Amino acid sequence: MSASTPQRSAAMIASIADDGVPTTQAPFGHALAELAERDERVVGLTADLGKYTDMHVFAAAHPSRFVQVGMAEQALMTVAAGMATTGLVPFASTYSVFATRRAYDFIALDIAEPQLNVTIVGGLPGLTTGYGPSHQATEDVAILRGIPGLVIVDPADAVDVEQAVPALAAAPGPAYLRLLRGAVPRVLDRYDYRFEIGRAAVVRPGNDVVLVSSGLMTMRALLAAERLSEHHVDVSVVHCATLKPFDEETVLREIDGPRLPLTLENHSVVGGLFETVASAMVRRGVSVPLRPVALPDEFLDAGALPTLHDRYGLSTDAVVTRVLTELGRG
Amino acid sequence: MLTSRTPTTRTRDTAVAACREAAHRIRMGVLVQGEAQGEGYVAQGLGAADILAVAYTHLLRLRPQDPDWPDRDRFLLSTGHYALLLYSALAEAGTIPVEELRTYAADGSRLPMSAMSTYTPGVEISGGSLGHGLGLAVGTALGQRLQARPSRTVVLFSDGELDEGSTWEAAMAASSHRTGDLLAFVDMNGMQADGPTREVLDVDDQVARWESFGWRATRVDGNDVGALVDVVGLAASRMTPVGVPQIVLCDTRLGAGVPMLESREKLHFMKIAEDEWPRCMRQLTEQHEGGRR
Repeated sequence: MSASTPQRSAAMIASIADDGVPTTQAPFGHALAELAERDERVVGLTADLGKYTDMHVFAAAHPSRFVQVGMAEQALMTVAAGMATTGLVPFASTYSVFATRRAYDFIALDIAEPQLNVTIVGGLPGLTTGYGPSHQATEDVAILRGIPGLVIVDPADAVDVEQAVPALAAAPGPAYLRLLRGAVPRVLDRYDYRFEIGRAAVVRPGNDVVLVSSGLMTMRALLAAERLSEHHVDVSVVHCATLKPFDEETVLREIDGPRLPLTLENHSVVGGLFETVASAMVRRGVSVPLRPVALPDEFLDAGALPTLHDRYGLSTDAVVTRVLTELGRG
Repeated sequence: MLTSRTPTTRTRDTAVAACREAAHRIRMGVLVQGEAQGEGYVAQGLGAADILAVAYTHLLRLRPQDPDWPDRDRFLLSTGHYALLLYSALAEAGTIPVEELRTYAADGSRLPMSAMSTYTPGVEISGGSLGHGLGLAVGTALGQRLQARPSRTVVLFSDGELDEGSTWEAAMAASSHRTGDLLAFVDMNGMQADGPTREVLDVDDQVARWESFGWRATRVDGNDVGALVDVVGLAASRMTPVGVPQIVLCDTRLGAGVPMLESREKLHFMKIAEDEWPRCMRQLTEQHEGGRR
């Protein structure tokens, strides 16, 4: 990149879609609005980020069931909890950084401890914006994993989001949904896949490498698997849409063998998918070398999102290169 | 201002008398729990007892044997360490047996030191991490209104919780969403963990502050049952699903009703020796009977 032609960063509205991948606009907002058509318990709340968490779609469809609390994340969590105590099923959206870093006490005590049916919808999870550490929730899963009874869902694409929304409303307890918003890639409909809380899915079988992934990294894993087949590398992809409760049975069964296992996550290497799998391996005596594709334990750079995904190893190109390197073919 | 819902003088006097009797029994329940455990936030419980007596006797529409009745009025205790006061009020209401008060904070008890909705029938929220109650109350009021339930939401928090930003976030949410079926009480006992509230953080001018946040605010002697009955009656007459949220700032005396505790050095956690409990109870009864005459 030369100094005279700086790359435009589109830092906040950057898409995570790779070239050529079909997308669906605002799948969360549409799924929630549709669910509310048949379930009158469903309400939506936001803390001044309706437009940026796709909640505006729900708000436009069901204005009387939408609550704007303003830029006040503590109020977001307490008001959602209060509504849940009356039998409603709230979905409360803000950015992941604000939900986790600002409102933790309110999630833990008002929503999780009484096991209320509230879904906290976190926008910009992991590295999905170039705004820098103020907006990059690289440790959101690490923060929330310690809360007993809180379901954590990290959907891969629009298909996953659309199936997760009604499933989370139907489940009685609290949940945190890592939101993919805007133009969201649609890849899982090419596979025989169904979202189920607490279940990992072998989306694609393969003989040489096992990619255990969650969130948007499952999309990258599937794209990388196609590219790696051109290199005669046969890649399996195991998608962990639910990070908690974690489907240890499926994941350990898949990685316990001769294939090269890697975890792929849009999250810090501390406290996310890699450590979840690693601790399960230790407890169950599964001993294979496990390699993480994850964000470093650092405050990340600001800049253009595609540049950052390359820099920190999350892009499809970076995953392909990493797998070939691990196989000694880099 | 007289409205059709304003009680006549005679029913008002009857209500005040009933609330005074309830307050006495609630205070005795606080002492029973304090004695059983040898400790507890007894001074705060005694101080705010009149507020709960008036709320449970004169305001809340409950089915004490059916604490999950969807149309019930909600009483949310934000200040979780006032648990022993709430348990005593629930015993007075008939939701929990009076004898159970002796299990306060014991292993396996339904009555933990800090009140939790997951432990005790009639306890609506898990308070204790301060500054949560008002926001929960706003959500509760909105939820009831959305489902067209004829239910009012009442919350009690303490003057120390006026330090918490979340209280003010909730205050704005309430006035913005016009939760007119929401009534808040603040126990202005003037004491928090590190000392007098005024010295920890200035929380003066509360009526003006709440009015500027779009609330209807009143300040009252929180140990004057007659004044509380009047204020609560007026507030209740104004409650409506869409309207101005109301707050009653109640100046209370730590240890109220037991002279030997009222005159003791004011501390957040007041120590009472084992042999002092019977004296406390005796003084409480003497005070009450003296007031009745």
